[in-house]
Amino acid sequence: MTPAPYRVRSRRPDRADTVTLALEPLRGPSPAFLPGQFDMLYARGIGEIPISMSGRGRTGAHVHTIRAVGAVSDALCRARPGDVVGLRGPFGTSWDVPAAAGRDVVVAAGGLGLAPLRTVVRELAAHRRRYGRISVIAGTRTPMTLLYPRELTRWRLAHDIDVHVTVDHPDQDWPGPVGPVTRLIDRIVFEPRRTTAFVCGPEAMMCAVADDLVRRGVPPARVVLSLERNMKCAVGRCGHCQLGPLLLCLDGPVLDYRRVAGLLSVREL
Amino acid sequence: MDAVVTPSLAPLITALRAAGYTVVGPTVKDGAVRMAEIESAAELPAGVGDAQEPGAYRLTERDDEMIFGYAASPDSAKRWTQPPRLTLVRARGEEFEEVEPEAPRVALLGLRACDLAAIAVQDRVFLGRHPDGAYRRRREALFLAAVNCAVPGGTCFCASMGTGPKATAGYDLAITELASPHRFLIEPGGDRGAAVLAAVPHGPATDCDHAAALEVSRTAAAHMGRSVDVSGVQQWLPAAHDHPRWADVASRCLSCTNCTMICPTCFCTTMEDITDLSGDVAERSERWDSCFTLDFTELGGAPVRGTALARYRQWLTHKFATWYDQFGVSGCVGCGRCVTWCPTGIDVTEELTCIR
Ligand SMILES: Cc1cc2nc3c(=O)[nH]c(=O)nc-3n(C[C@H](O)[C@H](O)[C@H](O)COP(=O)(O)OP(=O)(O)OC[C@H]3O[C@@H](n4cnc5c(N)ncnc54)[C@H](O)[C@@H]3O)c2cc1C
Ligand code: SF4
Ligand code: SF4
Ligand code: FES
Repeated sequence: MTPAPYRVRSRRPDRADTVTLALEPLRGPSPAFLPGQFDMLYARGIGEIPISMSGRGRTGAHVHTIRAVGAVSDALCRARPGDVVGLRGPFGTSWDVPAAAGRDVVVAAGGLGLAPLRTVVRELAAHRRRYGRISVIAGTRTPMTLLYPRELTRWRLAHDIDVHVTVDHPDQDWPGPVGPVTRLIDRIVFEPRRTTAFVCGPEAMMCAVADDLVRRGVPPARVVLSLERNMKCAVGRCGHCQLGPLLLCLDGPVLDYRRVAGLLSVREL
Repeated sequence: MDAVVTPSLAPLITALRAAGYTVVGPTVKDGAVRMAEIESAAELPAGVGDAQEPGAYRLTERDDEMIFGYAASPDSAKRWTQPPRLTLVRARGEEFEEVEPEAPRVALLGLRACDLAAIAVQDRVFLGRHPDGAYRRRREALFLAAVNCAVPGGTCFCASMGTGPKATAGYDLAITELASPHRFLIEPGGDRGAAVLAAVPHGPATDCDHAAALEVSRTAAAHMGRSVDVSGVQQWLPAAHDHPRWADVASRCLSCTNCTMICPTCFCTTMEDITDLSGDVAERSERWDSCFTLDFTELGGAPVRGTALARYRQWLTHKFATWYDQFGVSGCVGCGRCVTWCPTGIDVTEELTCIR
C-alpha cells in the first residue's frame, strides 16, 4: 500500500481543467502496463485516486490524463515538471487488443473516456494491418473540451482510421454532428458479427452504445467496457468498488458486456 | 497432546503471560462484556450472564460461578486482526515510507466458534488475491484460546451458518467450561497451544469429562436464539433485487453503520490523509468504513447507492451471497451481533426469511 515516488517528466494542459502528465520512477524502470489498466496516484498529504494510463512515454513513462474535479485531482493537475507524486500500479484488467486481430474494431469514447482508449488506438495503429476497418467515435461536451484533437486528425490521415466526433453543445464554428455518441454509429461501417468494440465513458453512455451495438449484431462478449466506481485500495480489500459479485479493482475495470449487462441494469447496485 | 482438565484458568493466564503474550479476555465494562487486557483470572466475569434480543442487550446475574455464561460480546477479534485505525504510509520530502506497525503478541481468551469462523473469513479477504503482509504478521502474533459456547444468546444463529457452537478448527486452545465440579476441559489445536498447555498444571481428561463437554455443545446447538434457511441463498438473494421487502427494511434502517462496525467480518476501510503543521510530513491511515455511509460510493458528485434501500440491499446481499463470489465463503458467521446492536432491531434472519 506504499506508493513509490515518481517524478513528473512532462506536463501538457489539454484543456481548461485537464492535463496530461508523464510520470517516471525516481529509481528503476517503469513497470509495464496494458491498455485499460490504471494507477493509484497519490498527492502528498491530500489523497490517492485511480487514474487510467492514457499513454506510454518513450522511456516507458506512465502517461495519465487527469481532470481536476476535487482535492486530489486538483493537486495532481497542478504538479509541475520535476515535482514528485506517489504511484502504485498498474492495477486491473485490460483491453485485449491483439484478440481483435482480423476483425473490425469500433472504439467509442465519451468525454474523458477517450484518455484510456488512446492506449488502445495507439496499439491498433501500431499494427494497423492486423485489423479490418477501425472506427473511433467520440463524444464531448463542447468543441473546446475535445481531448487530443491533433492526434485524432493524425489517426484519420496517417493510419486509415475512421474518426467521428460529436458535441453536446456546439459553438458557431462547429461543422460536425451534435448529440449523443450513439448517433455516430450510423456513420461508421463495420460488419457486426466480425466486430470488437472498446467502450469507455459515463455509464449511461456505455450502456447506450453497448445496447445499440448488440442490437446491430455485435456479440455482447465482444463489446468491452471500462467501468468506474469509487476506489480506495485497488487490491480488493477496501470494499468500495463493488458491483454485485465483482470487485472492479480486481475483476475490472475492463469487462465485457455479456458479463455486466445484467448488473448495470439494476439501479443503484 | 490430548485434552486436559484443570480446575482454574489462573495458571493458563500465567503461562500465556510467561510466554510473552498480553492476555485479552472478557471483563465487565460499560454495562457489557468487553474484551480487555487482564492480568489475573479474578478479572473474568464470574456469575455474569446476558440477555440479547433484536436491538437489546443487558447483563444479568447468574446463580453460579460460570465465567463464560454469556453469548457473543460486542467485541470480536476484528479489533486485533484489523485494528480500527492503522497508519500505513509516512511521506517525507520525496520519499514515501511504509509504516510497519508492530504486531503485538496477544492471546485472545474466550473467542467463540463464530469468532474463529470470522477470522477464517478475514484470512480469505486479506490473504487471498493480494496478500496483506501486515495482516499476516498481526495474525501470526495472535494466540487464540477459544471457548465452546454453553449458552447461545437470543440473537445467535451459528448453527444455521454451520460455524458453531463448537470450535472445530483455527484455535490454539479450545476450552469447554464444565459445572459441578467447576472445571475446564482444554484441547490444544496444535504445537503452539500444546506448548502453553504443558506449562499449566493439569490432569488427564476422563471419558466423563469428554461426555460432559459434548453435552455442553449439544445443548448449545439445541438452544440457538434464531435460525435461518440459507440453502441456495447465493442464487436467490441477488435475484431478489426488486423484492418489496427492501423498501420495508429501508424504512426502519437508520444507516447508522452499527451493524457493520460490530460485525466480525465486515472489512471495508477508507483512507485518511493528514499533514503535520509544518507540512513536511504527511501520513496516510486506513480506518474502518461502512457501506451504509453516503460517500462510500461517491462518484461524479453523487453516490451510486443514494438510498437506504440500495445500501441495506448491498449489505445483506454482500454478506450472504456475493461474498461467495469474491471470497468463496459466506460473509456471515451467525454471531447475531448486528441483530443485537441494531438500534431499531433489524434482524437479518427475519429479513432473509421474508425475502426468500
Ligand atoms: C479505474 C478508474 C480510472 C479512472 N481514470 C481516470 C482518468 O484517466 N482520468 C481522470 O481524470 N479520472 C479518472 N478516474 C476518475 C478519478 O479517479 C476521479 O475523478 C477522482 O477520484 C476524483 O478524486 P478527487 O479527490 O479529485 O475528487 P473528490 O474530492 O474525491 O471528488 C470530486 C468529485 O469526483 C467524484 N469522484 C470521487 N471519486 C471518484 C471516482 N473514483 N471516479 C469518479 N468520480 C469520483 C466525486 O463524487 C466528486 O464529484 C478514474 C476512475 C477509476 C475508478
Ligand atoms: S452479519 Fe451479523 S450475524 Fe453475521 S457475522 Fe456479521 S454481525 Fe454476525
Ligand atoms: S445497525 Fe440497523 S439501523 Fe444501523 S445501519 Fe445497520 S441495519 Fe441500519
Ligand atoms: S478499490 Fe478497494 S476493493 Fe476495490
